[in-house]
Amino acid sequence: MRLLVIEDDRDAADYLVKAFREVGHVADAANDGEDGLAMALDGEYEVLIVDRMLPKRDGLSLIGTLRAKGIETPALILSALGQVDDRVKGLRAGGDDYLPKPYSFSELLARVEVLARRHGGRNEETVLNVGDLELDRLSHQVRRGEVEITLQPREFRLLEYLMKHAGQVVTRTMLLESVWDYHFDPQTNVIDVHISRLRSKIDKGFSQPLLHTVRGAGYMIRDGAR
Amino acid sequence: MTALGKLFRTTTFKLTLVYLTVFALFAAFLLGYFALNTRRLITEQITETVDAEITGLSEQYRLGGIRRLVIVVDARARRPGSSLYLVTTFAGEALAGNVTALQPGILDNPGWTETAYRRLDEAESPEHPDHHALARVYQLPGGFRLLVGRDLDERERLYHIILDAGRYSIAIVLVLGLAGGLFVTRRVLRRVDAMTETTRTIMAGDLGERLPVAGTGDELDRLAENLNVMLERIEALMHGLKEVSDNIAHDLKTPLTRLRNRTEQALRSAKNEGEYRAALESTIEESDSLIATFNALLMIASAESGQARDNMTEFDAAEIANDIGELYEPLAEEKGIALKVEAESAAPVNGNRELVSQALANLVDNAIKYAEPINGATAEIVVRALSQGDHILLTVSDSGPGIPEADRGHVVERFVRLEQSRSKPGSGLGLSLASAVARLHGGELTLEDNHPGLKSIIALPRGGPVQSAG
Repeated sequence: MRLLVIEDDRDAADYLVKAFREVGHVADAANDGEDGLAMALDGEYEVLIVDRMLPKRDGLSLIGTLRAKGIETPALILSALGQVDDRVKGLRAGGDDYLPKPYSFSELLARVEVLARRHGGRNEETVLNVGDLELDRLSHQVRRGEVEITLQPREFRLLEYLMKHAGQVVTRTMLLESVWDYHFDPQTNVIDVHISRLRSKIDKGFSQPLLHTVRGAGYMIRDGAR
Repeated sequence: MTALGKLFRTTTFKLTLVYLTVFALFAAFLLGYFALNTRRLITEQITETVDAEITGLSEQYRLGGIRRLVIVVDARARRPGSSLYLVTTFAGEALAGNVTALQPGILDNPGWTETAYRRLDEAESPEHPDHHALARVYQLPGGFRLLVGRDLDERERLYHIILDAGRYSIAIVLVLGLAGGLFVTRRVLRRVDAMTETTRTIMAGDLGERLPVAGTGDELDRLAENLNVMLERIEALMHGLKEVSDNIAHDLKTPLTRLRNRTEQALRSAKNEGEYRAALESTIEESDSLIATFNALLMIASAESGQARDNMTEFDAAEIANDIGELYEPLAEEKGIALKVEAESAAPVNGNRELVSQALANLVDNAIKYAEPINGATAEIVVRALSQGDHILLTVSDSGPGIPEADRGHVVERFVRLEQSRSKPGSGLGLSLASAVARLHGGELTLEDNHPGLKSIIALPRGGPVQSAG
């Protein structure tokens, strides 16, 4: 995956470029808003990582200009401003995701991969499959092999989100944001308990577990046999 | 600027001057009008009587000729008073009367005239100026001339008395008005000066100072009272700021020190990769909890400063109670606690949904941390959303150890954790955030005894916060 990091703090930019390369992505860096805009217009990037406060042209205006020119490359905004209002402003300006600083790399990576995949478009499928697990988004039915699984509405949405991003790491914060629509940090890790409940419903009694915990990052649903 | 100069520049003094000018002009107009009219009235009276007398005297002349006229005039001229008479021949030789030293040529022009004269019984003297009279000259048939007049001294005297009265009253108005204006101005100026003095002290840093209130309930008092309320708020904010920085210094430095020590320790004594890894992992964990604490502090600060007020929407508190209950229910169950939600539908609140959710989540989180089974029965937490009068209440009741009444006000403060809870995880900011959120919405957080346990109540005004100024 080709990524563009637009960040004026050179240390942070170098760190991100290096870290992305380590996990197998190609990443370039721009150190101000104008360079970033020129590179985003030229290059064929899959995801842009844009710092909100940049010299020469701020991050929101950069994204706005790109969108006005019809370039829809998904953009993730990094910002030291972490209030709810700031997030809303960032998303309204054309950003696709918003991550307050300081962030963990695993969180950033998970979000970037989800953004890149979003363009692949698993969104429109009405039936999601992972291994022998099947989720029907229209009839709200879930079955594993021949066994029908009954889920609470929230568990259904949790599983739906995980399956939509099958094979990708999904962090706790991403789950809290997309399944519960909360952007705060619950002091205790409530998500873990929800996951273990879900796990007991879809994996218990089956030889092949599908729902995996990725240490230090989050969760992933994937077909272990493949 | 001199004291007097300062006095003259005040609004009050300028107003005094404007009023004084208006009053003085009014008094001048009134008295001038009065004086002129009096004069005109007297003149009219004189002409009427003189006309009547001339008619009478010419009647006497018609009846008895010049002889009879002279007798009558002679008799009238002898009476004391201001009436003046003169009868002359065509040549101007006086036959009877009481005036002399008329201006020359007066008698040649019949009709009304104003003239200087001297009474016959008065000696001619330079220091006695001649009198003035209003007189009418009448041409009698047969060449005789008759002059009847009235002395004008009385009219002039009256006229001057009135004019003098006018001058004096204007002078008095000016003097009294100026004195009164100065007095009022100085009083106002003294109070404004006192206020200015206090403001200077406050600006110099003494925020505890308050503006003087005279207690008269006038506009200056109202201004002072409002400014005092404003100062109260500023002082509270400053106090909050100081508290935050104190707390940051204290409670963030502790984990930072721990972090540093641990890293140093690893550098010094770690023997293999595994130990380094463990040290690094605990460093990340520690910094994550630092970030969480820092975020909570920022959240509280933004709630307290009212910034989040822009993001208010209408939402149902019952929905939030259900959502948060649902979010925490598995966690509670895992700990062997029964979490129940009793939510009235339609508990409308106008506010920041995210912040209210977080506040309630903090309360539930606390309850789960401290809930304990009593007498073998399962521990229970009840989350309620209900409307009570003008308020929507979000309550969380647990059966834990509760909080001693004396400590309840105290625990809402930042970073306060009771001794017995030191072993439990948490930043000690949960209740402060809940309280800040409640206050942002114009409500409050209260803690009550649940017999046993703790009941935390977030009371929010129904239909949104009362719009305060700004």
